[in-house]
Amino acid sequence: MDTVQDAVQHAATWVQIHPLVVRITHWINALAILIMVASGWQIYNASPLFGFTIPAELTLGGWLGGALQWHFAAMWLLAVNGMVYVVYGIASGHFWRKLFPITPRAVLHDVLDALRGKLAHEDLSMYNAAQRSAYLAIIAAGIVLVFSGLAIWKPVQLQELTALCGGYEGARLLHFFAMAILVLIVLVHIAMVILVPRTFPTMFSGRARRPS
Amino acid sequence: MKIRGMASSLAEHSAPLIAKIERRLFLKQGLSLGAIALLSGCELTEDDAVQKVLTSMSRWNDGAQAWLFNPNKLAPEYPESAITKPFPFNAYYGEDEIRPVDGNSYNLELAGLIRDKKPWGLPELYAMPQTSQITRHICVEGWSAIGKWSGVRFSTFLERIGADTTAKYIGFKCGDDYYSSIDMATALHPQTLLTLRFADQILPPRYGFPMKLRIPTKLGFKNPKHVMAMYVTNTNPGGYWEDKGYNWFSGS
Repeated sequence: MDTVQDAVQHAATWVQIHPLVVRITHWINALAILIMVASGWQIYNASPLFGFTIPAELTLGGWLGGALQWHFAAMWLLAVNGMVYVVYGIASGHFWRKLFPITPRAVLHDVLDALRGKLAHEDLSMYNAAQRSAYLAIIAAGIVLVFSGLAIWKPVQLQELTALCGGYEGARLLHFFAMAILVLIVLVHIAMVILVPRTFPTMFSGRARRPS
Repeated sequence: MKIRGMASSLAEHSAPLIAKIERRLFLKQGLSLGAIALLSGCELTEDDAVQKVLTSMSRWNDGAQAWLFNPNKLAPEYPESAITKPFPFNAYYGEDEIRPVDGNSYNLELAGLIRDKKPWGLPELYAMPQTSQITRHICVEGWSAIGKWSGVRFSTFLERIGADTTAKYIGFKCGDDYYSSIDMATALHPQTLLTLRFADQILPPRYGFPMKLRIPTKLGFKNPKHVMAMYVTNTNPGGYWEDKGYNWFSGS
């Protein structure tokens, strides 16, 4: 950017699409979720809810006690980071601007387009309806995970919350299924980034080319 | 192919930005390597620095739970119909390795910050006012089971022996070499029970004959069985599982 002209051209080509707070909280969250899921799978294996266990290579902590240490350490990272993200998202209008409006018809339309490989990603500053639904769902899954997790951790002190989750055993099921949904969305999310690689550097730089 | 796609889209970004991104990608790759190490199990757990952080977070969680503990909040109680049958056996050894304790010669030993350290035999404990509870036993492993326990309210017993209730901890030593300890606030909780009976019967060996501490505000491993001695102290006595890495407070 040696000349004014370059600067002008630069400003015209690139547009800010991911605010700094969103980028930072995204990557901290990715780390926190990775630790929470991997250690959670080890904890699951100590007393499986269903007729299967998670392969040890996918778990974190080595044994139940180690996994619990990871889980209850990373929960603070997840909670504080998540709170910064949600408060920022609401207060700045980021959620409202990027995730709304959303209609079931638009979601269905864009999901079908995506399945046919026809979903347009021209303008990265706008989320399509499939993205909006996925991002809203993962935020909701995260909130359910935090509250069902608290219900399992503190079924006496927070017994009203535990009752709301269907009791202690209900909260365990809820925690498991919310995890399953979250992991599923993350896998789709990663698959979509691989399919549309232009989106990947924007999560670091925050910027994308303005569609011409 | 996809990786090249990512690389070429990186190249589209302006030069100073690429340096910035490469720096970040380096961090990101470091993160991924870390993640792989995390996922591969205990390598990182054995790393002293990481273990130090995890241990201090566990101490932080002790504090957070002590702060969250409400001495007047009662654990939910259930009807008889909700009792889990059969109630699971659990210990750090198998059911065939239970070490029997002789009830006739049993004398609960008292030590530490206690005014009257006279040992207590079973008949004296049975003669104390008894109370019952049907509560949920929650194991650190995740499973839970509902049972009925009866015995002496622990706060009544502590008052009777003149325990210094301003002290911080109560430690327990058990007939099977198990040991554990709890905070004073939990010891004084109205549902913390010096337990002598299970399902209206004298406590069978598998559930901790002749005496166990039933603490429905704590995880199962903080409910010591076959209690032979207890002491009041201001030094945290730790515990069998606690010293191996389970969180010390482990409140429910």
